[in-house]
Amino acid sequence: MPNHHPEHFPGPIHQPPLVANLQAIQPGVHVEHAHHPKLQHHFDDMSQQAEASTLGMWVFLVTEIMFFGGLFTAYLVYRWADPMAFQEASHHLSIGWGAFNTAVLIMSSLTMALAVRAAQTGAPPKSQVFWLVCTMALGAVFLGVKVIEYSEKFASGIVPGPNFNRALWEHPAGAEQFYSLYFCMTGLHALHMIIGIGIMAVITVMAWRRQFDADYYTPVEVSGLYWHFVDIVWIFLFPLLYLIGRHYGGGH
Amino acid sequence: MFTNFPFFPTQASAQSGQVDALYFFMVAVTAFFSLLIAGLIVLFAIKYRRRDDAEVGAAIHGSLALELVWTIIPLGIVMVMFGWGAKVFFDLYRAPAGAMEVFVVGKQWMWKVQHMDGQREINELHVPVGRPVKLVMGSEDVIHSFYIPAFRVKADVIPGRYNTLWFQATRPGRYHLFCAEYCGTKHSGMIGSVVAMEPDEFQAWLGGGPAEDSPVSAGAKLFQDLVCITCHSGASGAPGPSLANVFGHEVQLADGSTVVADEAYIRESIVNPQAKIVAGYPPTMPTFQGLVTEEQLLQLIAYVRSLSTAGGAPGTTPGQLPTPPARQ
Amino acid sequence: MEAPALNYLNSAHGAASWLLTRDHKRIALLYLASITAFFVVGGVFATLVRFELLTPAGDFLESETYNKMFTMHGVVMVFFFLIPSIPAVLGNFLIPIMVGAKDLAFPRINLLSWYIYVIGGAFTMYAALAGGVDTGWTFYTPYSTAAANTHVMTAALGIFITGFSSILTGLNFIVTVHRMRAPGLTWFRLPLFVWAHYATSLIMILGTPVIAITVLMVAAERALHLGIFDPALGGDPVLFQHLFWFYSHPAVYIMILPAMGVISEIVQAFSRKNIFGYSFIAFSSLAIAVIGFLVWGHHLFVAGQSTYAGLIFSFISFLVAIPSAIKVFNWTATIYKGSVSLESPMLYAFGFIGLFTIGGLTGLFLATMGLDIHVHDTYFVVAHFHYIMVGGAIMGYLGGLHYWWPKISGRLYSEGWAKFSALTVFVGFNLTFFPQFVAGYLGMPRRYHAYPPEFQVLNVLSTAGASILAVGYVIPIIYFAYSVVAGEKSANDPWGARGLEWEIPSPPPTENFTVSPIVTEGTHQYVHESQEVGLA
Repeated sequence: MPNHHPEHFPGPIHQPPLVANLQAIQPGVHVEHAHHPKLQHHFDDMSQQAEASTLGMWVFLVTEIMFFGGLFTAYLVYRWADPMAFQEASHHLSIGWGAFNTAVLIMSSLTMALAVRAAQTGAPPKSQVFWLVCTMALGAVFLGVKVIEYSEKFASGIVPGPNFNRALWEHPAGAEQFYSLYFCMTGLHALHMIIGIGIMAVITVMAWRRQFDADYYTPVEVSGLYWHFVDIVWIFLFPLLYLIGRHYGGGH
Repeated sequence: MFTNFPFFPTQASAQSGQVDALYFFMVAVTAFFSLLIAGLIVLFAIKYRRRDDAEVGAAIHGSLALELVWTIIPLGIVMVMFGWGAKVFFDLYRAPAGAMEVFVVGKQWMWKVQHMDGQREINELHVPVGRPVKLVMGSEDVIHSFYIPAFRVKADVIPGRYNTLWFQATRPGRYHLFCAEYCGTKHSGMIGSVVAMEPDEFQAWLGGGPAEDSPVSAGAKLFQDLVCITCHSGASGAPGPSLANVFGHEVQLADGSTVVADEAYIRESIVNPQAKIVAGYPPTMPTFQGLVTEEQLLQLIAYVRSLSTAGGAPGTTPGQLPTPPARQ
Repeated sequence: MEAPALNYLNSAHGAASWLLTRDHKRIALLYLASITAFFVVGGVFATLVRFELLTPAGDFLESETYNKMFTMHGVVMVFFFLIPSIPAVLGNFLIPIMVGAKDLAFPRINLLSWYIYVIGGAFTMYAALAGGVDTGWTFYTPYSTAAANTHVMTAALGIFITGFSSILTGLNFIVTVHRMRAPGLTWFRLPLFVWAHYATSLIMILGTPVIAITVLMVAAERALHLGIFDPALGGDPVLFQHLFWFYSHPAVYIMILPAMGVISEIVQAFSRKNIFGYSFIAFSSLAIAVIGFLVWGHHLFVAGQSTYAGLIFSFISFLVAIPSAIKVFNWTATIYKGSVSLESPMLYAFGFIGLFTIGGLTGLFLATMGLDIHVHDTYFVVAHFHYIMVGGAIMGYLGGLHYWWPKISGRLYSEGWAKFSALTVFVGFNLTFFPQFVAGYLGMPRRYHAYPPEFQVLNVLSTAGASILAVGYVIPIIYFAYSVVAGEKSANDPWGARGLEWEIPSPPPTENFTVSPIVTEGTHQYVHESQEVGLA
């Protein structure tokens, strides 16, 4: 190509290349080598691909922490502003159901970890699928209990809004605020559970189709990370909403 | 010179000089550094212009000494700005004791003003020169902001709480009053005037308008009409605590803590009575949220305050107060 | 005449090859087209605002229409132009190439982020066409939740959705920089453009979720009457301001940091000299990203927040100015003893440095508590942030677009017209926004449909400047489009600059590199060790 440049474009200067392997920057050269069928074209090897995926999920979970963080901040601010009302309001939540659900989620984290283990060690699809189904079932139990709890709230008029039964409370304004936050926080958490179960369903199908082996189990691993995160959020929600201030001061 | 095309706002309060001095300092710093950088860039671009298409620059990787210089010197300069700015802020923020108080309520899209002597105004505020004036401000709907450019003061007016602002006018005249926080359709129509008058003219103005109830007497009337008096009768054994000598004093609460009874506390006790229960009394008071307007709340507060020796509301009549400190 | 080499533009044809592409370079062009469209829309809103302000009386638009215009101008420009501009177009195109990779770590997520952006944009455009929003781009409560009866929900939903596009872009960049760097490309050999985007991505992933949840709470309060921010429902309107600015102040750094990265590249390329103080520039980006999260309270000096909180926020706001100052000084020092050539990208870079310096220093006025009381919510603030966002971010974006256009399109544009438009933008910009500093200190409040007559001269100047600015923005659209059709083909390295992107063909092949390159030195090293001379 002639070294002609219009107007003021100065054009290349003679400098040594920045790369040691010149074929990297010469298009058209075809380089062929054997690789795992699950390796995507833009990664060099399986470990780079796996590391990228897990780091990606960790970064995503950081954004999730910040997402819930906004609600936790609102909770802390309003609890600090009106602690008596928050105490009173939390007495209407069932510690029994809350504790049961906590146990259910901890169990589901265990089964999730076992599912990852099964994929990692190249266990037969049947055992991978078994642990994944257990995880989904426990997640469904959790959501079922949430439905029971929510319907109790609807029945007794403690859903914030125009139909909020103010007569139930010594501190109606604060109680309404507590339940606004309660529904926002547990609702958002439940939404994450539903998404988690959807992801698990996809992973289960993939496991059944023998997609995973000891070299390629990243999808199970990163879904597991997500599942554990959703459990941990609940580990914070349970004491904040159900327990704090329960045996303190007055109340009913 | 430029009567219709000003470049600089009038200085009409005791504080404006302070603010403007700080402003000039910052303008000087800005001009210095902007011209320094621009000058160096132009100089280097000319002096080191490319003379040959293949020419490259010198290899200079950096200098720790220079990095330290242009970190530490700007740091020193901004610390001066920080300290100076904080000092001016505190002077603008802390009203001197004995300032003349005026109640202001913002609503879409007007300013309602009530003087302690009963004078009411809309979109106007008359004040005497040479005397500190403190505005106690609330909002009936959304957030507004009370802004008098000629006095260099501004404070947001937020529903659900009181913000205050003070100034001391130094030059008689009529000045712009703006709402500075966007508040809806007619935000730019929520404007008015602050009229600074010589003290004797101000007295004449006070006497000239139709006499209305002062906030204290209006509050006293509300106290009867809303039957607050039934419980807060002051008699021993009454269901509610006596309100005599409450304002400005510490109040012992049922949960063991204490709170100083100020405007915010009285307001909260009226609209959300269960939030802070006085020790020794049952939590039986109903909320008055929605039953009283922001103006009436301010009147009730004025009344409660008048019951206290510590909180006598400084009215508009000079003579009942010690002479305020001169601020020049 | 040899047959044209296969590149990312001519390797596949048809709409599906674009709409379903996973090539970061094609996705960058999808973003380029969509943000340009939003820039034009935002510009139309700005034009209407400036026409209204030509006269003191509110005689051109109804006040409610005017309020919708400045709201939509802010929403479109901030969320749909400035935040995605440099990262999603230039960052998307260049980061994989600059780190020696064939693509971003997650190409499908990259495409997804564009679709999310488009869906969010569609919601916001629907809100605009169906009647508009009038809350201001800041959505302050309780106005937004209780008083406004415009399309707040739709617009808020649009912003909520678009937030995820930003999060996914940031996530992709972080993982790419960590895991996809070519052998030999150590952290301290990375182009400063990559460092700036890494810092930007940190803000995107940490800040954006907070605005998302905040907007969601606004929606919950508006739709379900949950009492979160409205005092009439027991909420605290100032909490909204804290949460909003926790994201929206760092969001300013999302807009400016990538532009700073662009300027670092341009200044080196057109001085043919490596950067002065590489690590200071690199770490100042991270410092801005971190400290930038701790300054939000300076937006609340007059909102009645505690004085001591105000003092702390003021102090930290001054600290965040220092890394920016370090960058400006280092850029200036880079030109010293360079081989300086004033092509259009360099003119934009000089414009950036000058305007950003003024914008940054006037930011100090607002961090100064005693002064902020007077200038808060006046045109002084408007002028300040336009110096940062238009004078800074858009100048950086245009500079970067001119610098890399030969790489992106494979074509050369008219350099004469490019210089003319750079000059026009610079003059028009200053004429538009400098008078607003004066108007602000005089006390003209922002978001005013009508204003007292003494401010008219300044507003006429501003509107005149805006007309010049508009011309300056239209010219590049024309000559860039023309270059694609009739421009001369560009060499691999039309500027004689040094960097991985200039080693590969223009336009690059789909895979960028045949195999992972083994990198032997950092970018913009024009003098090699044997030839080096000391600092003299």
